[in-house]
Amino acid sequence: MHRLAHTLSAPATAPLLHAQTTINSVAAICDPLGGLYLPETGTLVVSDLHLEKGSAFARRGMLLPPYDTLATLRVLEAAIARHNPKLVISLGDNFHDRVGSAVMPDAFRHMIAAMALGREWIWINGNHDPDGAFGLPGASMDELNHAGLVFRHEPKRGEAIGEIAGHLHPAATVVRREKAVRRACFATDGTRMLMPAFGVTTGGLDLRHRAMTGLFDRNKLVAHMLGRDRIYSVRFANLIA
Amino acid sequence: MNRIDSREPQGDALTLPAPFLRWFGEKGWQPRAHQLELLARTEAGESTLLIAPTGAGKTLAGFLPSLVDLTHRGKVPPGSAFVGIHTLYISPLKALAVDIERNLMKPVGEMGLPVRIENRTGDTPTAKRQRQKLNPPDILLTTPEQLALLLANGEASRFFKDLRYVIFDELHSLVTSKRGHLLSLGLARLRRLAPGLQTIGLSATVADPMDLQRWLASQEPDARNHAGLVQVQGGAKPKISILKTEEHVPWAGHSARYAIPDVYAAIKEHGTTLLFVNTRSQAELLFQELWTNNDDNLPIALHHGSLDVAQRRKVEAAMAENRLRAVVATSTLDLGIDWGDVDLVVHVGAPKGASRLAQRIGRANHRMDEPSKAILVPANRFEVMECQAALDANYVGAQDTPPVGKGALDVLAQHVLGMACAAPFNPLDLYAEITSASPYAALAWETFERVVDFVATGGYALKTYERYARIRKTKDGLYRVSNPLVAQQYRLNVGTIVESPMLNVRMVKRNQRGSLGRGGMALGKVEEYFLEMLSQGDTFMFSGKVLRFEGIRENECLVSQAFSFDPKVPSYAGGKFPLSTYLAQQVRKMLADPARRAPLPEQVRDWLSLQKDVSMLPREDELLIETFPRGSKHYMVIYAFEGRLAHQTLGMLLTRRLDRAGLKPLGFVATDYSLAVWALDDLGTTFELRRGALAELFDEDMLGDDLEAWLNESFLLKRTFRNCAVIAGLIDQRHPGKEKTGRQVTVSADLIYDVLHAHEPDHLLLEATRNDAATGLLDIARLGDMLKRIKGHITHRRLDRISPLAVPVMLEIGKEMIQGEAQDFLLSEAADDLILEAMGGLDVE
Repeated sequence: MHRLAHTLSAPATAPLLHAQTTINSVAAICDPLGGLYLPETGTLVVSDLHLEKGSAFARRGMLLPPYDTLATLRVLEAAIARHNPKLVISLGDNFHDRVGSAVMPDAFRHMIAAMALGREWIWINGNHDPDGAFGLPGASMDELNHAGLVFRHEPKRGEAIGEIAGHLHPAATVVRREKAVRRACFATDGTRMLMPAFGVTTGGLDLRHRAMTGLFDRNKLVAHMLGRDRIYSVRFANLIA
Repeated sequence: MNRIDSREPQGDALTLPAPFLRWFGEKGWQPRAHQLELLARTEAGESTLLIAPTGAGKTLAGFLPSLVDLTHRGKVPPGSAFVGIHTLYISPLKALAVDIERNLMKPVGEMGLPVRIENRTGDTPTAKRQRQKLNPPDILLTTPEQLALLLANGEASRFFKDLRYVIFDELHSLVTSKRGHLLSLGLARLRRLAPGLQTIGLSATVADPMDLQRWLASQEPDARNHAGLVQVQGGAKPKISILKTEEHVPWAGHSARYAIPDVYAAIKEHGTTLLFVNTRSQAELLFQELWTNNDDNLPIALHHGSLDVAQRRKVEAAMAENRLRAVVATSTLDLGIDWGDVDLVVHVGAPKGASRLAQRIGRANHRMDEPSKAILVPANRFEVMECQAALDANYVGAQDTPPVGKGALDVLAQHVLGMACAAPFNPLDLYAEITSASPYAALAWETFERVVDFVATGGYALKTYERYARIRKTKDGLYRVSNPLVAQQYRLNVGTIVESPMLNVRMVKRNQRGSLGRGGMALGKVEEYFLEMLSQGDTFMFSGKVLRFEGIRENECLVSQAFSFDPKVPSYAGGKFPLSTYLAQQVRKMLADPARRAPLPEQVRDWLSLQKDVSMLPREDELLIETFPRGSKHYMVIYAFEGRLAHQTLGMLLTRRLDRAGLKPLGFVATDYSLAVWALDDLGTTFELRRGALAELFDEDMLGDDLEAWLNESFLLKRTFRNCAVIAGLIDQRHPGKEKTGRQVTVSADLIYDVLHAHEPDHLLLEATRNDAATGLLDIARLGDMLKRIKGHITHRRLDRISPLAVPVMLEIGKEMIQGEAQDFLLSEAADDLILEAMGGLDVE
């Protein structure tokens, strides 16, 4: 209910706690809404929106609620309003499947158009939506090099320096007093950054999972976990006390 | 209603056909009066409920009408037209269906009856299932889930057209759950396919037999029909005692460790002992403690629902052959599987319900006329009172089984889809059929329409899924499934038992190179959430062994033998019943009435009289609240006696209200008997200064907005939602070809809940979820009754230190933390580590 709460209620009165970090010496701010803001270039990065996930399931016989696209876009609106970026990069799996961007209702198309007004927008292609985004503002591409960083959907092994990637939906589990709490997180060792999934119906994959091995220097790895109004930053080694 | 003494001879035993009389004669037995009564009533065309204690020959009684009728009919000559099944027997357990087949075949064989009996469970091979459809047996033994599958088949009408009798075994345990709801809908359909069928219900003693009698009969808009009743009074009264011990009975806790030597001595004195506990962790602990004390190497075994099936079967077989001296068991053994001779039942921990105790004690001794023997072992002082209350209840035959309850909407959704899979349906006809089932008799037409809409397109206000509809109304006004895949999906996901995410536990060895081997022994299943908090090398107790956690591979939890007697992580919870309303009331009476306290052991009486001196013992209708300071905090203890679930809900709501009143509550802990809340502000002084403050705090209106607000963030509600979503078919547990792991279901169900709740809070599934929570995990109904009861009867005692009665709940503090609210606290604690590290100048880079 964390990020979703922002789409429904007035902003909380408590001051927001972002986490500041650097990737390949580029300053970055981890926002509790799930976006990464790069102040030097005015860039907002989001990843794995998985828009139209509900309808993708409905097409296959599972009638999940048709509200996920709206909910995700509302969170995105809030993030854009907060940072007023010059450039928005959506890091792939923007839609849950190939036909998603074609079948999306017009109302949502208009929402995106309004958000993109007055700024640049890049759709990075993901494995769920390799063909690009149809009928939407901005450009589709597989990879982008920009201001000392490289933006792509799937992290590439052996090419960690300055990489911002998504795809794996990183989540971290904190264990204290025999209780476990799991949250989506930004994962970075200062060299590479894995983005949390932004879509409201996306699940997470634990940092300890096999698929994550070899991506980070675990001694330097910090999980910036998404809380209601703040980021909780925990070193990988301290996740389990 | 006839009440019949089972030993009274009956004159018209001659209604039995010759092979039966001969068989009884050869055995030197007499048909029992209730067996003949049930036969006579059934032959007169009545549906009947038989209530009888274990060992009364209930099963034979249930089958007698069917066997007699089949004997009169004789074998179906070869070459006749298709004949459907004659009798359907439904049991809650697969194992029971198999057990009954064995027990029934014996007399049928000995009498040489022309009857074919077969069972059909999830384990029945496909070839046999196919054959059963083409050439059905006379009597089919099966489970509720298999019945639902048979009914969703296109050939159901042919298969069931000749059905005469439907026998429901252990009906008392079936009807109160969602399985019972699904089964009642199945019965309604059977009645339509075979209008002449009669029902026979077999049940243990229940609080309200009429509930079950109605369940067995077809309900009409203007008539509440019910089946007849044949009730057999219990045989000899059981001999129950509370463990007499020289040891000190602890204030709190559930381990009953103090009693182990006495329990072991009791096992030694008896041939075979069944030891019942309430949770799996208690079972593990008791088992380990007994073996530590097992100087004589007695064969003592362990049996609970998480253990591997093969292991459980081994224990069951050894038990039936009388090779064991004792078995430690949880509720898995509550039901009527034949366990051979049991001489003693030991109940460790309080039984939590009078009927549950009676049914468990019934496991001892299958010969009805001999008294069963049982010892109750309370684990703490409140449990001593609870055990005494249960013992008194057993003596007077009081019952506290739960009522049948209103039919769940998620179950109805599943059934509607199943009926569409069987054949196109007319909504008016289906509505009439559904409301003939007693749990759904009061279902409104509008609700039914919403359910059909949900099944078709998800039932969303935003109508975007019309083109993906699973069922569609065609021109003839009938609903039919849109494509064959829908039926395939339905068949894979039928049933109401939603498995919590579990992983197999497999024992492995390390080889010389230190890597883990493959293919060790499977020990059972454990909840995934429990494993999430383990790191490699942690030790925990499972299956009676101390195990070392090695890691997770695919969907298995790998463990190795740990050479330690002191597991790091004690164990995991699971299967905890709340205290029944009836027993709670009895315990309150005991506190109020000195005469009722007389039978209690001296140390417990001393404890209570000390309480009377320093504070007070509340009257039965009075709610006692004590406040006292301790350390830097102020405590409030509420003696509500409404069970842990209702107390937890109350605790959540009270802390919200205290917070709003600016009293800075910090936390709470709940037991079955009381609730402790602590705060930074002086609660006692506040309540004393402002009269009416307490009454306001406990006003019923907390069940309005406060409850609503809390529910919206409650993690408990999400767990309930997940079950409803799976049962209703919104989320599939299984897809053709691949099985979704429980974990995946959990993650997505939580997120779906959030989205749905945010955008359509009145959705049908959320309504079903709230209904479930009210009676289940949150026990709101019971809390509401309590708030009504205590209105104007709150007594506040302001003390300067802790009272004797408060000690048990105070000892629980720190052992439990509440999910949800506490989560962010844990996270900030972990994040603070990083800050501390930074402040301490440690190398963070």
